[in-house]
Amino acid sequence: MDGEIPEHLLKTRNGEPVTMLEAISEALFEEMTRDDSVFLMGEDIGIYGGAFKVTRDFLAHFGENRVIDTPIAEGGFTGAAAGAAHMGLRPVVEIQFMDFISPAYDVITNYIATSNYRGAGPMPLVIRGPVGGGNRGGPFHSQNVEMAFFHTPGLKIVYPSTAKDAKGLLKASIRDENPVIFEEHKGLYRAPALREVLPDDDYIIPLGEARTVREGTDITIVTYGAMVHKSVEAAETLESEDGVSVEIIDLRTLLPLDEDAIVESVKKTNKLLVVHEDTRTGGIAGEIAIRVSEKAFEWLDGPILRVTAIDAPVPYSGSLEDYFLPQTGDVVNAARYLAAY
Amino acid sequence: MAELVGATDPVCWKRAVSDSAFGLSNTELQELYRGLCVTRAAEERLELLQKQGHVTGGVYRCLGQEAGAVGAAFALRRRTDGTGDMLCHTIRAAGALFLFGGELIDYYRQYMAKGTSPTRGREANVHWFDFDRGFVGPVSPLGTMIEIMAGMTLSFRLRGEERIGIVFYGDGASSTGAWHEGLNFAAVQRCPMILMVENNQWAFSTPTSKNTRVSSFTEKGPGYGIGAESVDGTDVLAVFDAVRRAASLVRSGEGTRMVELKYFRRKGHAQHDPQDYVDPALIREWEKKDPLDLYRARLLEHDWASESELVAIEQDAFDSCRVAAEEAIGEAYPDGPDAVKDVYTDVTTPHPWTRADSPDPTLA
Repeated sequence: MDGEIPEHLLKTRNGEPVTMLEAISEALFEEMTRDDSVFLMGEDIGIYGGAFKVTRDFLAHFGENRVIDTPIAEGGFTGAAAGAAHMGLRPVVEIQFMDFISPAYDVITNYIATSNYRGAGPMPLVIRGPVGGGNRGGPFHSQNVEMAFFHTPGLKIVYPSTAKDAKGLLKASIRDENPVIFEEHKGLYRAPALREVLPDDDYIIPLGEARTVREGTDITIVTYGAMVHKSVEAAETLESEDGVSVEIIDLRTLLPLDEDAIVESVKKTNKLLVVHEDTRTGGIAGEIAIRVSEKAFEWLDGPILRVTAIDAPVPYSGSLEDYFLPQTGDVVNAARYLAAY
Repeated sequence: MAELVGATDPVCWKRAVSDSAFGLSNTELQELYRGLCVTRAAEERLELLQKQGHVTGGVYRCLGQEAGAVGAAFALRRRTDGTGDMLCHTIRAAGALFLFGGELIDYYRQYMAKGTSPTRGREANVHWFDFDRGFVGPVSPLGTMIEIMAGMTLSFRLRGEERIGIVFYGDGASSTGAWHEGLNFAAVQRCPMILMVENNQWAFSTPTSKNTRVSSFTEKGPGYGIGAESVDGTDVLAVFDAVRRAASLVRSGEGTRMVELKYFRRKGHAQHDPQDYVDPALIREWEKKDPLDLYRARLLEHDWASESELVAIEQDAFDSCRVAAEEAIGEAYPDGPDAVKDVYTDVTTPHPWTRADSPDPTLA
């Protein structure tokens, strides 16, 4: 730990608001400062500071043994991170765009996720990176990857929607003894509306706990990531124009799923809408629907509905992508249908 | 193009077995022989257990390959306190696992899927771990283990530890993307590790010529900027010498190296494979290069051991395997409901509600 802390990483300490991206940088920086066994690997994370500059100035501060630029080989360096975790280190791997995590699918699902079960002990490893559409990134810079891993026991999946949550959840992920896939919506990284002053202490947000974003009595919306904000917009419209009271649950952690929070809210509102940016078939809405069917069937006063992206690759052109992605109007329409049911 | 290699291949037929003792004492030379005998006896006992119905999954022999694992492991720092070198073995390198302190009884417990096995019945055969003794069990897609060992040895370099790693894999695994990505990463990062390619000329039923165009896997080394050497994998002393030299270079900071073991898989991929795609004449040719027979003759020829000493080693290996196997046979299988344990360190996995003593749909 050489040198002074870079100015742009002192905002919380100085009481200034931070973006979600800055909150993530602070979490990494503070964890690396707190624990020598935490180190970073990824493509262009060193001198360049990462494609989105999450690790800007980290190389100068921590040195090349703790900020390692890797070959373009997501499988290779994710596997190497697992080996280092076996030996007591706590690697945080950056996937430059999460679309590129697929070469590491083998080692994540066959090796990393099964490690503790196979008797190799804890696997403290975080695989983080940007996800999500709306930035005209096309099919290979826009995907959400949660459901490719949701089906794999042994993994945890985190997907924050605010700067505060991102920092607290990333710290919790780094301290977790299990492998965590940490998705960061690139559309939220620098969103001005998300800038907030964070607590200037070493706070942690435990994995596996959803957050009630907004209380309501008529409909529950279960969502996460960027869709939290579109759902809030929709809820405000519904309240002012329709007098419908919407409760919003932000899952924050997708695996393990906070089933209790969902069921509790459904028992209160009796109606459930699931909203996710990921595509429709095999999306998390299906799993949530069956859990509610198992645990709260008799409390339901209407069908469980979903608003999602369409089942297609993420298109490039703005008109196509806007049609592809779920929009606030979709949430409003679905909620109105459900409210009238 | 790599053709099937006979026992008269230049690498393999310089001399039946090395004449040099490479500075080893008679005790050490005999310890090597013991390693070979334990490997052979362990597998022969395993075949018997399988015929008796005690083995849950497949049985995979390394007949003719014993010297590769034993010679290599003997060249490394084997400790029990987590400060020694790290081994990643394969199913045909169990001899290395035993030298690193893997217990025979655990080997049988694993094959028999006992609840007392190191993985408590969750994983098979040699797929188990002991980081204190310095071995990491493989997963079935073996190319992955190059990546894992790259990361383990990266941690040694980052911490300035004088430890190295050695990872075994078959010639077939050399075709995987994971092998390439792991090796390239290791070479770039100068990870102190040795790749041990077990070129037994077969990947299941696929000959090496259908896995690669190179005639020796050492030709792949320069493509990654690393040194590579080929050695007669039936000659335990030649293997020991090659790996000791490689280990010295790797430990002194050279980075990653590769050693190719050349030999022949004299059994099928597993016991269920009748190996009828192999010319029997080739198998007979390689029987003349049996690593135990040849090394035994050399020990006697040079007075490195007496006949009675060798018989005692052989008897002890046989007895050790018999005793371990018999003890493991009597042990219990895991309880079915244990299947939900340890998926995570801290998250509970629910039991199926239909299996509960009093099923209650609301508890689904």
